[in-house]
Order: sequence, then C-alpha cells, then structure tokens
Amino acid sequence: MRFLFKTDYEDDIKLFPHSGYVISYGLLLACLLIAPFVLSSYLVSQLVFVCIYATVGVGLMILTGFTGQASLGHAAFLAIGAYTAAYLQQYNVPFPVYFLAGGLLTGVVGALVGFPALRLTGIYLVIATISFAFIVEEILARWETVTNGNEGMRVKTLSLFGQAVPRDGPTFYYLCLAVLVLTIVGTLNLLRSPTGRAFVAIRDSETAARSMGINVSLYKVKSFAISAGITGLAGVLFAHKLSFISPEMFTLQLSIEFIIVILIGGTFSLHGAVLGAIFLVMIDPFLTYLKDDLPGIIAGVAAAFGADSITAGKIHGNVAAIASANGLKGAIYGIIIVLFVLFEPLGLYGRWLKIKLFFQLFPLYKRATFKRQKIYVKSERNR
Amino acid sequence: MLDFVQQLVSGIALGCVYGLIALGFVLVYKATEVVNFAQGDLMMLGGFFAFTFIGMLGLNYWLGFAGAVAAMALFGMLAERVVVRPILGYPQFSIIMATIGLGYFLRSVVGMIWGTDDFKIETPFSEGVLRIGSLVLAYDKLSVIAATIILCALLYLFFNRTTLGTAMRASSENMLAAYYMGIPVKRVVSIVWAISAAVATAAGVLLAPITFIHSNVGLVLGLKAFPAAVLGGFGSIPGAVVGGVLIGVIESMAGFYLPQGWKDVAPYIVLLVVLLLKPEGLFGIHMRKKV
Repeated sequence: MRFLFKTDYEDDIKLFPHSGYVISYGLLLACLLIAPFVLSSYLVSQLVFVCIYATVGVGLMILTGFTGQASLGHAAFLAIGAYTAAYLQQYNVPFPVYFLAGGLLTGVVGALVGFPALRLTGIYLVIATISFAFIVEEILARWETVTNGNEGMRVKTLSLFGQAVPRDGPTFYYLCLAVLVLTIVGTLNLLRSPTGRAFVAIRDSETAARSMGINVSLYKVKSFAISAGITGLAGVLFAHKLSFISPEMFTLQLSIEFIIVILIGGTFSLHGAVLGAIFLVMIDPFLTYLKDDLPGIIAGVAAAFGADSITAGKIHGNVAAIASANGLKGAIYGIIIVLFVLFEPLGLYGRWLKIKLFFQLFPLYKRATFKRQKIYVKSERNR
Repeated sequence: MLDFVQQLVSGIALGCVYGLIALGFVLVYKATEVVNFAQGDLMMLGGFFAFTFIGMLGLNYWLGFAGAVAAMALFGMLAERVVVRPILGYPQFSIIMATIGLGYFLRSVVGMIWGTDDFKIETPFSEGVLRIGSLVLAYDKLSVIAATIILCALLYLFFNRTTLGTAMRASSENMLAAYYMGIPVKRVVSIVWAISAAVATAAGVLLAPITFIHSNVGLVLGLKAFPAAVLGGFGSIPGAVVGGVLIGVIESMAGFYLPQGWKDVAPYIVLLVVLLLKPEGLFGIHMRKKV
C-alpha cells in the first residue's frame, strides 16, 4: 500500500496525487482513442451514447452528488440544449456558437429553476423538478413556431470548420469524448476550488455551511446553473447523435435514467457517473444478446444434465417466450434499481473501492468500513 | 352554467381518485417518512386484480372488489417487508429510488402478464345516469365521490377511535418514542402499508369504469396525485383529499375553458405556485427549524 505524505494544501488538491494516476488514466485515454479503429461501428455508436450520458451524469453529479439537491428534471435541461441546437442550426449558425449557446441558455434556465428551489428540500425539490420537466415538455409540444410541436425537428449533419462530421463517424466520437473529458477535468477543478468546497459543505450540513459564512442560496443557484449548463451541452450532442428530436423523447423516463446513471455508478465520485453511463448504455445490447442466446444456452445445459430432446425443446421455447416478452427491460431496470439501493448503495465505484481496499489491507479488511448510518428520528420533516 | 356544473362534478370525481392515491402517499409518509412513488402502480395492480376476479373469474362485483382489496393489502405488506424495511432510516433519496424501481417492476410485470391493452370492469353502476332537471350525472362518477366520502369517514374513525389508529398516529409522530412506549413499530408500519395499498386498490377499482385500466395508468395518475398531496400539505390526511378534489376540478376546468394543452400542465403549475408561496400547503403544520 502506498502512503501519500502531504505537507501542504497544494499536495492535497493535486489532480494526479501520484504517478500511478497518470499512467492508468493515460492508458485508458489511449484505449479510448484507438477504439474507433478496433471496435465495430455499432459499439462505437454505443460509446458515443456512453459519452453523452456520462456528461449528463457529471452534470447531475455536481447537483445531486456534491450539493445534495435531488433533481428528477434533467431531461428538460437536455431538451433545452437539444432544441437550442436544432433551432439555431436552421439559421446557419456555426457549431461552436450554438454549442456554447445551448449550454449557456440551459445554464440560465437552470439558475431560474434554482431560485424557487432554494426554499425546497428533499421530496419537495424532487416533486418540483418533476413538475418543471412536465411543463417544459408541454411547452415544447405546444410552441409550434419554434419547436415544430409534436412533429419534432430534424437536426442536420454537424459541420465543424466547413467539414461535415457524420454522426456515425469516428470524428463525432472524438468530439463527444473531448467534451466528456473536458467536462470531467473542469468539474474536478471546480471541486477543488472554493466553490466546489462550498457545494460539498452544503451537502453535508446546510446549517454548518451557513454558520461558516457560506452564502447557501448563492451556491445552490450556482450548482443548479452549472449542472444544467453541462446537461445542455450534452443535449446539443444528443440532438446531433439522434438527428431527430421530438418532445416525447424527453420524458420523466429519461430523467429517471439519468438518476439511475449516478445511482448505479455511485453518487459520491465522478467515476460513478462514467461507470453508471457505461452500465446503462451497455445493458441494452446485453439484454438483446441474452434474448437471442439465453434459450439455447439453458436448453444446452438442461440437455447436458440428462434432459431428453423433447424436454430440452420445451425449455428452449419457454425461456425464449419469457425473454422476448414485452417490457422485460422495464422489469430488469426495476430489479436493478432496487437491488442497488438495498445491497450496494455506493454503486459500482463503491464496489471497486471495496475490492481495492480488500486487497490493499489483505487480511485486515472489515465490512464496517463502508457501513451506512441509520437515522430513525424524524430528520427531514423537522429540519 | 350547466356546463360549469357538469365539469365541476366530473372534476370532483376525478379529483376524488387523485385524493385517494394522495391519501395512500400521505399515510405512508406520515408513518415512515417514506414517499412511495409506486403508489399509482399499486393502484394499477389493484385494478388488475379486480379485473382478474370480476372479469376473468366471473365473481360478483362486490366479492371481487373485496378480494382485490385483501390481496393488495397483503401485497402492500410484502412490498414493505422486502423493499422498504431494509432501507428505513437511510437518506430519503435512496428510498425514493427504491420505490421508483418497484414501480418500474410492477408496470412491466403487469404488462407481461395481462398485456398492454385497455381493460374494462363491468360494474353495477357503469350504465345509467342521474337526471336533475337538465343536468345529467353519470352513476360511475357519483359512485367515486360517494365511495371517497365513505372511505374518508372510515379512516377518520379508525385513526381517532381505535387503539391501532392511535398507535399509528404515535409512531408517525416519533418512531423511537413510540417504540419505547411499547408499540410494535414494525408491525404498525406494515399495517400502514397494507391500508395504503388497500386504499389505492379502492381507487383503482372505482376508476376502472371511467378511464379503463392499463399498465401505465398508475404512472399518469400517480404523478397527478403529487400536486394533490402537496396542495393539501404533505402529511395531512384531510388535506390529501381536499387537495385531490381541488386539483381534479382545476384540471377539469382548465380542459374546458383554456386552450388545448393547459389541462395537462395546470396541476403542475398549481403545484409550483403552492410550493413557492405556501410550501406547507393548505392543511400542513409549519414546523420550526431545528438544528
């Protein structure tokens, strides 16, 4: 186990605490850079979605993970970014301009949502953000002169410096990856600045933060604005990736998916946003794979255990019927959420930390290190 | 004027359903500080149980109704035991996510078992109208209103006149203190979930002749019940019903008098306004901030 000897604050806030970080993240980046030449175009396309979802995840992490303000309305911020891009594109605005405009406008809307949210905590905030998302969805469907209503808007191919960037090509993947990496680095920088420290202080105890002289209202609004702005940037990329947007894409379902991203990844670290995004995007192809191959595998196993061909055929048919049933995906989503909340509240990244610590301390690891604290008094209502 | 009364009655009927779902939220919230996002889905599942008993097995309406309520009460206890009890006392956000997950699960499992079509339950009052002068009121809407009044009266008596009801109020005030006073808090919470699921089922069965039941009905109506609960003051039982009725009437009026699109948004606009101006709701108690 490596011991880091820190002598001053500068040591404590280093982006790369030791050389191991540089090597491992450098290797990861190299792998991601050569990915389009190695992987199939389908997988590269999935990776683009991973980048977009992870960018939203980072945005949501700032708000929910680091400032402690829950939001079930991020689909609306994504929608605002996407529609800004689609609208400005009609007037031949260049990509860098409408990309930034999308982020900026969404950030302003986020700040406007943040103001009313100042008075709300916990469940009220969740309900208020859901309502906000519903209202945005309805506006998108009704404001036909700008958004083209329920018919949706077509998004033209992205052109960067006069060069067309097709949404399936490697250049678009690099663009999304660059946005993700820049967002993560920016967020890491934010988190080690006074602003980020204030966010974390507010999450841990609003009262304590206030008594330390932190302007809680100001930082909450800032957190909302930054989180929304990042989501808006992701929305611009999202619009280009799908090449067609309509109001029914940005429903509560999508907001819940974003929450699932950070919940499954682990709501305390940026690693969680990326891991959660990988999980959420890759579960789809995985389920399709299961649907196609699982019946054969199970029937094969049954046959190996001595079932005759008729029974094996029956098993094959039954499993295939269950696997192709409508809405199986929803059931699996539901089970995954419940299982993670019950058994792995720290998410995938928490599991990774536990495994790492287990080997670092080999015979001395104890489960209680990561135990959650239970509070039975009426905390939220009397707070 | 006639149109107005007509809209008012259908708004109240719809609002009673919102109110009953909101009542379920509030019961669970008061007792355990858990906000159950799957409440609408419990209602939907109850409706499907009733459909199975009445429509598929051909039981008598009232027998099927009672069977569905009993089955869902057991299901509510099961859901509490499996999903909620292990995480009681953890941050509220994880519990919300767990109930959202439960809702997802119920919706798709119901879709897999019963299919995604619309279903209708034959009820004694699905046909026929009551005529007062030139005013025409459908029996199915009146039945919802009547049933809500009866249910509220029963719940009121239960909470204020029985030992179990008093125990529930005590454990909702302070779980730890109630436990020290000898109240079996775990069992009380379990019963609260049973009651909440039973109330949701009643709402689902009453709703069935009006909007039909399908696997997504719980999501749509469950989310409308939030404005109802917030308007009434989260944590107030009469507030939930009054809030539900108000939201139903507002929605119905917005659908009739305002341009298209307002009907779906109006409840949420009301919700945001209430949260901004009077976050404790109409009947809520304003709590002092403690450090």
